[in-house]
Amino acid sequence: MDLGEWAAVGNADSGARPLAIEARGLVKRFDGFTAVDGIDLTVPEGSIYGILGPNGAGKTTTLRMLLGIIDPDEGVRRVLGHERPHEIAGQIGYLPEERGLYPAMKAYDAIAFLGSLRGLPLREGRRRGRELLEAHGLGYAADRQIRQLSKGMAQQVQLLGTLVHHPRLVIFDEPFSGLDALNQGKLERMIRGLADNGTTVIFSTHVIAHAERMCDEVAIIAGGKVPFAGPVDVARDRIPPQVMLETRAGDGAWRAAIPADARVARKASGATQWQFSLPPSGVEPLLRALIEGDAGILSLSIERAGLHDAFVAIAGEAAARALEENPEEQR
Amino acid sequence: MAGLAKGRLSTVAAALVVARRDFSAILFSRSFIFFLIGPLFPILVGLMAGSVGDHVQKVDDSPEIGVMMPSDQADRLMTAHRAMQSHMDGALPDFRLMERREVPQAEAQRALQRTHGNLAAIVSGTLESPVLTGPNERIQEWQGPIELVTARALQADPAKVSAVRLAPIATTTRADIRHGQVMTAQAGQMLLFLLTMLLAGMVLSNLVEEKGNKIIEVLAAAIPMDAVFLGKLFAMLAVSMVGIAVWGAAGVGVRLLAGSAMPHLDTPAIGWPSFIGLGIVYFAMAYLLLGTLFLTIGSMAATVREVQTLSMPVTMLQLFVFFFASYAMAKPGSLMEVLAVSIPFSSPYAMLARAAVDPALWPHLAALAWQGAWVGIFVRIGATIFRRRVMKSGAASGRAGRPGLWDRLAGRRQAA
Repeated sequence: MDLGEWAAVGNADSGARPLAIEARGLVKRFDGFTAVDGIDLTVPEGSIYGILGPNGAGKTTTLRMLLGIIDPDEGVRRVLGHERPHEIAGQIGYLPEERGLYPAMKAYDAIAFLGSLRGLPLREGRRRGRELLEAHGLGYAADRQIRQLSKGMAQQVQLLGTLVHHPRLVIFDEPFSGLDALNQGKLERMIRGLADNGTTVIFSTHVIAHAERMCDEVAIIAGGKVPFAGPVDVARDRIPPQVMLETRAGDGAWRAAIPADARVARKASGATQWQFSLPPSGVEPLLRALIEGDAGILSLSIERAGLHDAFVAIAGEAAARALEENPEEQR
Repeated sequence: MAGLAKGRLSTVAAALVVARRDFSAILFSRSFIFFLIGPLFPILVGLMAGSVGDHVQKVDDSPEIGVMMPSDQADRLMTAHRAMQSHMDGALPDFRLMERREVPQAEAQRALQRTHGNLAAIVSGTLESPVLTGPNERIQEWQGPIELVTARALQADPAKVSAVRLAPIATTTRADIRHGQVMTAQAGQMLLFLLTMLLAGMVLSNLVEEKGNKIIEVLAAAIPMDAVFLGKLFAMLAVSMVGIAVWGAAGVGVRLLAGSAMPHLDTPAIGWPSFIGLGIVYFAMAYLLLGTLFLTIGSMAATVREVQTLSMPVTMLQLFVFFFASYAMAKPGSLMEVLAVSIPFSSPYAMLARAAVDPALWPHLAALAWQGAWVGIFVRIGATIFRRRVMKSGAASGRAGRPGLWDRLAGRRQAA
């Protein structure tokens, strides 16, 4: 895609809210295997954006391309308005999936070192490192070597090092993995705090609950493609609400109003349970048919799909489609 | 956040960040202590082996000659021996007075076999007609000295030795100078080789450790990979300079303490200050060439085992280069020497040897320019390969289906 053409698309997408990230048609191949296959992403500034996908879907490769660690084979990206992410490394924070710090470094020094890689003077980094550790209840460990810390503590130190230079854009790759429930909660609060201060936060995860709780928008990656990208509510709406119905009668003229693929279960009491997607015509015609046909409604509820259901459906469809399109590569 | 860089660090600034971290980390690590004392091991082993060898040789080479002559003649012979031995600096074996009686040669042979100690031959007969009995090689060797001592014993005063006044001349022959300078050249080459190999190995293990610590991805996301490459390369060079300074200071201290007891190296043709200065620069060149190669190898390897597999041929090549440069030194002006000086890897060794035997300075300027150009080319190529490969090996991208070492060497890429 031509850069000018792409810029026009980016502007059109951005609307009133400036974009932290715009990516069009990103492709990355490794040894004949297409890890990322034409991904488009638009991440509004100041949002919390989740990149969801099963293991091996291409999340990490996508993030690495956005960070400039690797270059795409095709497509264009613009990060905070720059086509070369390294040029604005001082405005980006990155926590990779595989955490790593120098084992002999002291905690506060490790934070300062990570800051210095992003242009923060060492002295200032050390001062902020101590402050951050203190603020997050790790002040007592400031002078300990990384090798003397537990895995979770070392992870927190690296997390603080990712933020020490006050980045505008923070990218976390699987930030919740390896953290206990308490620290996961702390991290969620920290991410919300960052977004409240205008920082754009992108994180990848395969634990949908975190994304559902926190994200404004998500992109679902499956088989190297993005079958869905947009607000969480829109993702949920991709799956029709589920109707849970219990009737006294098992059959009748009203059966015509129930989709043929509905799941049916007989209860010991003689009642019949039905579960099916809400028909596009809505609930009123269904209710009318049930009442007029004397189905004997014992209970009826309509449940909106969760992000997890949406994810499973969208990612599953995408994987199946990819398998149909290119069975050799998927194998 | 006034004053904070919000773009990115320049390659040089980023290389400095990496170099500063590596420098301080290595300097305060155990590996630096080993680096400092490492060269002592071959020296200590050499000294110990030499000392033990000397001792064994001394025991073996302190044979005695038994004296079996009539007592008055034996006394004269012993007196003459004592008078001469101190003037002949070990050329005369010790004499031991045996039972003073005339014995036939067969009796002397039996005495040699049954007597304890280090009896190697027996001189019997008379002063006018001495008989030396013993193994053929021994008696052939001692025939002359025994004739000298018996001749002295026949003098009126066997103890009297005419003192020879020495009149040394100040001139050393060209051959002496050449020999001494070649020894200096060899010592310089050996030191250069040891240092270079030690450092290149350290830079390699440092990189592998970094990949093991999974920090490389953090670095790759923040700064140009060229900067990581350069930072690591020059940090180790700086560490080595500290090491050289420590060794130099220790060497001067030992020299002052030991004085003339220290082994002496002849002054190189260009003089010691220039030789040491050039030695440091040539070392830097040799290290940068080899370190670049090792870092590039390290970027392609994921495990220590892979590093060993990959670096072994380079180590062998380096040994070959060292021997080649040493061999070429013995053939000044030959095609061999021209090749040794021209090939980038052997050039620092060959030129350091040349500095020891040839006073001309301009060839060194030309050689340094030549080597510098090659360092530039190697660093450029190495950094490019490093940038392309380092994120494609190791745990950061090591998932199922990761291609093997040879796939990577062949340039086949892998999924992240």
